Amino acid sequence: MAHKRREMLIDPLVDNNPITLQVLGICSALAVTSSLQVAFVMAIAVTLVTAFSSMFISMIRSQIPGSIRIIVQMVIIASLVILVDQVLKAFAYEISKTLSVFVGLIITNCIVMGRAEAFAMKNGPIDSFIDGVGNGLGYGLILMLVGVIRELFGSGSLFGVTILETVNNGGWYVPNGLLLLPPSAFFIIGLIIWAFRTWKPGQVEEREYKIQTVEAH
Amino acid sequence: MSDNDLNTTKGPIRRFLDAPADSVGKTVFVAVALCLVASMIVSAAAVALRPLQEVNALKDKQINILQVAGIYDPDKDVVESFQAFEPRILELETGAFTDAFDPASFDDRSAADDPATSVALDDDPAGIVRQGKFVTVYLLRDDAGEIDKVILPIHGYGLWSTLYGFIALEENGNDIFALQFYEHAETPGLGAEVDNPRWKSLWNGKKLADESGQLQISVTKTAPAAGADYHIDALAGATLTTAGVHNLLNFWMGESGYAPFLANLKAGDI
Repeated sequence: MAHKRREMLIDPLVDNNPITLQVLGICSALAVTSSLQVAFVMAIAVTLVTAFSSMFISMIRSQIPGSIRIIVQMVIIASLVILVDQVLKAFAYEISKTLSVFVGLIITNCIVMGRAEAFAMKNGPIDSFIDGVGNGLGYGLILMLVGVIRELFGSGSLFGVTILETVNNGGWYVPNGLLLLPPSAFFIIGLIIWAFRTWKPGQVEEREYKIQTVEAH
Repeated sequence: MSDNDLNTTKGPIRRFLDAPADSVGKTVFVAVALCLVASMIVSAAAVALRPLQEVNALKDKQINILQVAGIYDPDKDVVESFQAFEPRILELETGAFTDAFDPASFDDRSAADDPATSVALDDDPAGIVRQGKFVTVYLLRDDAGEIDKVILPIHGYGLWSTLYGFIALEENGNDIFALQFYEHAETPGLGAEVDNPRWKSLWNGKKLADESGQLQISVTKTAPAAGADYHIDALAGATLTTAGVHNLLNFWMGESGYAPFLANLKAGDI
């Protein structure tokens, strides 16, 4: 059992990563990764919300009527997101100002809903909690990877600490402005998915079509 | 013991929990119970954390006032640095200070909503609907006790949201030292570039009115006839936010805004 739970925690990091394999939660990954600090707080927030929403949903799963189950899940997730938002406003005001819109959007983050519907509705509370932490960390891992690339090459810093002195501040580095714009995250996530699937060919999906050769006709 | 006996020994709660989850009664019960519990938790958190959030919002506003006055030092305590300012309540119509309210507890925004302390605007270029009759302004004095800078609150509608900010003027009441918005919800990367340090630095040294006293300041794409001293280049890709800034600035610096106060300041009556 302990072995299985460890797998639940580690599996979503690479082998079953919510972003690279399931391709969920992309929109928030685009929005919050231009600075590492914001990406880090977002990763923690999503991990907490996924873990606790999965746990609470799992606790009452046998009592949730099938006809309103999505609404019940949404109410639980939304309440937790508001809690996170309130706590951020009280203890990390600066970050909450940058994150404000995106924290609200955790409600619609496919990862949270996906784990609630796919896992928490069928498994016990502790397993669901661990599954939620695992998936949140998997999301966070990709967020941090994208964030490192975007912040380092886009603004020449990591966590706000200058690494590459930019030309604007009298240094030598000409920052790549594209990396600060959301579309760049698409390219980076695409490249990460490519790298993951080259490393683990088992993640490559089967083609839905077959390219015909001339001889086959 | 038959099944029948077993059922009667169960309490009402047990029987309810065992009932099929899809029954109408249970669906309604689960929905109501969940909403009650969730709303209680959310409102409890909101109420419990409000004092902390208010402290943060106030601190943020004070930091913005310090920044716009150019004396913000991140290493120093905000409350302590803020002692440098002398907050005063200004009556807009007369342009004179009033002691009818305590600056420490006066809230500009709720005063602007209160019919007793505000007026509904017919001519409303800034898009603010109601304007307070009284506002809190901040005076920064130099070592000799003379007014060095005045920090005036301004606000108005941009593209999506009301922009709240401060403008810092030099002691002559005509030269702009800085302008900064502390609250808005404009498009990140376009309208939100009103926060861009490089754009904000354009404001330093600009003048509000020309020598005849005519208000000339403009935030537009092309420089007006009045010359570069009265012109701030518009933000690229943010036409409506820029127009909002232009309108709110002209509104607040005009007759229904701070013009009487600035006239008093120039005449040395403050």
